[in-house]
Amino acid sequence: MKIQGKIWKFGDDVDTDLIIPARYLNTSEPAELAKHCMEDADPDFVNKSSAGDIIIGGKNFGCGSSREHAPIAIKAAGISCVIAKSFARIFYRNAFNMGLPILECDETDRFESGNSLSVDFDTGEIILIEEDAKFITKPIPPFMQELVKSGGLMNHIAKQI
Amino acid sequence: MSMTITEKILAAHADLDRVEPGDLINARVDIALANDITAPISIDRFEKSGATKVFDKNAVILVPDHFVPNKDINSAMQAKVLREFAKAQDLTYFYDAGEMGVEHALLPEQGLVLPGDLIIGADSHTCTYGGLGAFATGMGSTDLAAAMVTGEVWLKVPETMKFVFTGKLNPYVEGKDLILYTIGDIGVDGALYRSMEFTGSVIDNLGMAGRLTMANMAIEAGAKNGIFIPDEATEEYVSGRAKREYKFYTSDEDAEYTLVKEYDVSNIEPQIAFPHLPENSRGISDVGEIAIDQVVIGSCTNGRIEDMRSAASILKGKKIAKGLRLIIIPATPWIYRTAMDEGLFKIFLDAGAIISPPTCGPCLGGHMGILAKGEKAVATTNRNFVGRMGHPESEVYLASPVVAAASAVLGKIGGPDQVM
Ligand code: SF4
Repeated sequence: MKIQGKIWKFGDDVDTDLIIPARYLNTSEPAELAKHCMEDADPDFVNKSSAGDIIIGGKNFGCGSSREHAPIAIKAAGISCVIAKSFARIFYRNAFNMGLPILECDETDRFESGNSLSVDFDTGEIILIEEDAKFITKPIPPFMQELVKSGGLMNHIAKQI
Repeated sequence: MSMTITEKILAAHADLDRVEPGDLINARVDIALANDITAPISIDRFEKSGATKVFDKNAVILVPDHFVPNKDINSAMQAKVLREFAKAQDLTYFYDAGEMGVEHALLPEQGLVLPGDLIIGADSHTCTYGGLGAFATGMGSTDLAAAMVTGEVWLKVPETMKFVFTGKLNPYVEGKDLILYTIGDIGVDGALYRSMEFTGSVIDNLGMAGRLTMANMAIEAGAKNGIFIPDEATEEYVSGRAKREYKFYTSDEDAEYTLVKEYDVSNIEPQIAFPHLPENSRGISDVGEIAIDQVVIGSCTNGRIEDMRSAASILKGKKIAKGLRLIIIPATPWIYRTAMDEGLFKIFLDAGAIISPPTCGPCLGGHMGILAKGEKAVATTNRNFVGRMGHPESEVYLASPVVAAASAVLGKIGGPDQVM
């Protein structure tokens, strides 16, 4: 699968309170959560971004709480994927479990907000359109690939019930 | 072949003789936990999976602690989802308002999580139970839903970092200061995907409350789990309250660690973590003049009876600064009652504090003490992210109960030395 989208860049250690503040966690309704996606990092994010856009992070993206509301909010806001130097482990699991594509790439410093990327999930290749520059991401571990193929963790275990 | 305590517990729960870092295993869980924020999603996923019964009604624990007593209509609806599911599934351990406490203080206290266990929880601070010598880690709601169905979880065996604490603790230095110092040293992703094992002569004498506080914040360094080797202090704590059998594991002497860090604690003074990351810790003497509006003493990090006693030892016979709000939250009903019986409530009320019922409350900016724009708070909690306790332009400084109490008296950040 290939996608293309505009970049919104954030820094290191983007925590789950920035992605979706706890004051909105009295619901788990995706559309409600999407309204407040990244609100405390950029109050205007939801209005500025459009479907298919890509979030770029530095190291340790998604640190903090275990709230699955974070990847849910990002996905429901129409973001097509998150690319960061590294992900906090619970966010990493959650993203795969609920089907938000994420990729690890050491060179996210090269990308700027407003740039466009084309991402090939099968090969893990990223192209920075403005510069026609190619970047390689870390391969997705085989077990995670299997999860994605099954359509997430619940479908994966449904076979066992 | 030698293994760490974490590797041994994981191997035992996967029916393997041996595991190594990087191995992907399917392991049995002893306890699966969720709260009023995370459980509604788990329950929805559980029901959609076609499952009808949880794998073990004694092993799935639900604690609505974040927004309970219900702060608004939506949170009331969420708590109701838990209540109805607990009833339908006949769950043995569902803690509704009145019995409810902050989950990570409640479960050890009630003897529900034990040494040698493998525990997963849809809450990042599930790692607290490593204080007992268990493997415990936080996950999301979907992982939890899967475990509710199968009683199993897939895990990658983590590498282990060992932290050795030696020397003599300075006055007023507690477990909280040791973990803030450690996170300050290695950073908020310093232990990403890894296990943190805490040892050394200082740890041997730390006591269970301090160990639970330290394990609680392992996630603040990105770790999968934090763990302590169980000993006599552990035995004394769990015997009498354990609801099941338990087992002590230990690390082999020649077990392999990716990194060993040694800290001489004589160099560590009471710590404060500045906004907006727990890694921004510094010694109390380097703080400068920072006026504060609110102090919160509570949470799964420092809301235990020992923390209440520490705070009271500082507040006794004193008044908090004029215009400052001091909110004290005993983490469980037992702690609440014990603090009352020991006369601590009188000390708190005389000092001018507000005593909240057990709840997470302000720790996550939920309710019972939200900060306004520009306000600053000292809290004994574990996170000081942007907007964590309220307005995105408010600030949270993390500290131990004695530092928090002293700061409440001073009206600015300061140590116990300045008021005693
Ligand atoms: S007290 Fe705070 S950190 Fe602990 S479980 Fe509650 S919200 Fe989470």
